[in-house]
Amino acid sequence: MHVIIMGCGRVGSELAVQLEQAGHDVTILDTNSYQFTRFLPEKFRGRKIVGNAIDQDVLRKAGIEHADGFIAATAGDNRNAMASQIAQHIFGVPRVVCRIYDPIREEMYRKLGLRTTSPTLVGARLLREALEADGAQPSAAS
Amino acid sequence: MYVVIIGGGKVGFYLAKELAESNHEVLVIERNAAKVAEIEEVLGELVMRGDGCEAAIQEQAGVRRADLVLAVTGEDEDNLVACQVARHIFNVERIVARINNPKNELIFRKLGFESTVSATSAIMSHIEQELPIHPLISLLTLRRGFQVVEVRVPGESGIIGRPLRDVLLPHQSIIWGIVDNEGNPKAPTPDTILHAGDEVVAVTLQESVEALRSALTAPPPERSF
Repeated sequence: MHVIIMGCGRVGSELAVQLEQAGHDVTILDTNSYQFTRFLPEKFRGRKIVGNAIDQDVLRKAGIEHADGFIAATAGDNRNAMASQIAQHIFGVPRVVCRIYDPIREEMYRKLGLRTTSPTLVGARLLREALEADGAQPSAAS
Repeated sequence: MYVVIIGGGKVGFYLAKELAESNHEVLVIERNAAKVAEIEEVLGELVMRGDGCEAAIQEQAGVRRADLVLAVTGEDEDNLVACQVARHIFNVERIVARINNPKNELIFRKLGFESTVSATSAIMSHIEQELPIHPLISLLTLRRGFQVVEVRVPGESGIIGRPLRDVLLPHQSIIWGIVDNEGNPKAPTPDTILHAGDEVVAVTLQESVEALRSALTAPPPERSF
């Protein structure tokens, strides 16, 4: 599968490495080339492209017209939402996944037909489970 | 009319000023505190600090009862999300978006936002008007895919010297006006004769633009005897 990842932060780079190890053909985009040296291991063989993925010319350069998957994982909800909608509605990429931190916007885009995930709700739940796993139940304030 | 303006840069500020002067109720939403202070100094209470892409802020701004929402920040992605929140969460029907990269007009249209304004496209079309290289210039895009275009009749066109009624216009196209080669505007009739250098202003559908251009500019077919 040819997968394009938008955003080479901690999550994007980790995902790129995992997908490559699983045998996928990965292209990763970031507006800042320093992110590639900062987060990607030297052994990463995928394509790295500097550019903004809400620009259709940049997406074309990344091979969006033949991509099987697109993942938006920048720190900006709006950029992720716009790029994902371009991938889905203009280029017809079959699998588009979009990260949105704001749970309200996440719900709206899910209803509009995007496959979304919100690390805010998942992260909060994981932290709470970790807190309560010790047996430290929240004390009932009296 | 209640108008909510998302983005308090220069475009948002002057829009707010103009609209307030025409006695409309206006509110500007701006994220940056320094810009909020600047606007407040001139326009008073017409500005609110916050991220206009967030549903909670739009709720507070009363977007639900807005007659018109203008998304005019300098970032296309912020304008798109602000438009989608206004439309899909608060059911606002009339929304105008500013677009910075003209190539983004397509995604806005596909997502149902037909009313977009791009300074880049506007300046491009002025450049084309000032330096006419193409025989067809798009003057204005209306809703529902209609376009107002200007076609300069070239010297080799097959319609020169013939009345308008002989011109085979494509589906859903009409000729609106003609500026003759001496600069005089004329209202077209079926008997109007076209000359080289005339500028024809027409309304057409987006998909018929090419056919219209060809109808007015193509050389006459070669005669076979």
